[in-house]
Amino acid sequence: MSTLPALLLLADGRFPAGGYANSAGAESAMQCGEIVDVVSMERYLRGRLWTSGLTDASFAARACAGVTSGDPELRDLLDLLDIEYDARTASLRLRMVSRQLGRQLCRSALAVWPHQALQEAAGYSGGCHQAVVLGLATAAAGGTPPDAAVLVLHHLSGAVATAAVRMLGLDPLTASATQARVARDFEVVLADAERWATDDPGDLPARTGTMAEVLAEDHGRWDARLFVA
Amino acid sequence: MPPHEISLDGVHPSHERVGHAPDLPGSRPLRVGIGGPVGSGKTTLVGALCTLLRDRYSLVVVTNDIFTSEDAQALKAAAVLPVERITAVETGCCPHTAIRDDIAANLDAVEQTEALHDPVDLTLIESGGDNLTAIFSKGLVDVQIFVLDTAGGDDVPRKGGPGISHADLLIINKVDLAPYVGADVERMVSDAIARRTGPVLGLSLCTPEGATDVASWLIQRLSEWQAGQPISATQAR
Repeated sequence: MSTLPALLLLADGRFPAGGYANSAGAESAMQCGEIVDVVSMERYLRGRLWTSGLTDASFAARACAGVTSGDPELRDLLDLLDIEYDARTASLRLRMVSRQLGRQLCRSALAVWPHQALQEAAGYSGGCHQAVVLGLATAAAGGTPPDAAVLVLHHLSGAVATAAVRMLGLDPLTASATQARVARDFEVVLADAERWATDDPGDLPARTGTMAEVLAEDHGRWDARLFVA
Repeated sequence: MPPHEISLDGVHPSHERVGHAPDLPGSRPLRVGIGGPVGSGKTTLVGALCTLLRDRYSLVVVTNDIFTSEDAQALKAAAVLPVERITAVETGCCPHTAIRDDIAANLDAVEQTEALHDPVDLTLIESGGDNLTAIFSKGLVDVQIFVLDTAGGDDVPRKGGPGISHADLLIINKVDLAPYVGADVERMVSDAIARRTGPVLGLSLCTPEGATDVASWLIQRLSEWQAGQPISATQAR
């Protein structure tokens, strides 16, 4: 049976895991004038996708592979991924938000696909990181590591575009067209994901954006936030 | 076989459904949603209820103000509860989504806050100011209160909407302003009653005591909940 319907559910921005309140740093970027229109939104989006987005995609693919390959030591893998992800995320605020979004996704995914791997993540103290949970959820929904990697990028793209539409009143059609154009490049992670699936967690990409980290720390100190990050 | 040859063989009986099973009454704190349009007095009501109930019950508050953490700040400044008992949730410009369509962030905040202050009797969840179609999900709250503003237009109860017709308690706040804005409170109450089966209270929250009837109503709901009974929620007072 096709896994597409289940994966579409997981890809849907309406999937109730709290993603609608995440701007992936866009709220902060708009505040400081980094995003002012569709062109600057695309520039920001591409910057995020190929730095922290790529790292997230690799962690999701690796977590997914732990389930699809039937790794008997899944708990150990989760521990390793947790440490390695923390090490790649300098901002405490980003780590906190990542765990919060991970807890939220885990709860929703577990209710929809009651899989042992998600059960394991649900019992994780403080919650697993969002990218890791998305990988586990993808596997629970019948998807593959490349599916998990693309889902990460898809959600990141949706978070930035939706926040910009809501905050700046950008034309949603132009924003969607931009998302579609940017998404053509997602294909390159499909081959990468096959490799990440068997990588030692310590060897996964360690790309990050200094700007994203700085903006996140600043954003976390605001008194007035519309988005969680 | 039903019409159109739609097979119902795969339909799960309700007791076999997977997913989020509802918590049994009394198994955790009672969760109360407080919704209503911008400026109708939700934060004031939360503050008044905290003042009236805090000595008797263990309370926590999760607030969803849309634009700022102003509601949380207002509650903290009024010192109605210790600050660590108040949590603010960001709603990504969509206050109704956070209480209805996608309750994940609120549920997470509620559980984290309840766990931090265990044991908790009562959790108040204040929605961001929204329109008349906003309603709390049953997955998030056990009981909900909808607050209208007398000065917001006395035709609002007649317009109706899910908040007005489905909330367990409807409050028409700021009745003291009626003479100044030409509002007919009696008509507001009768219009509201015609739209719903649950109770309607007209009141003014110039002082916390204005919320005494709401507090009494809430205490009854809490007693039912803590006794493991389903919430009846049909009568004010």
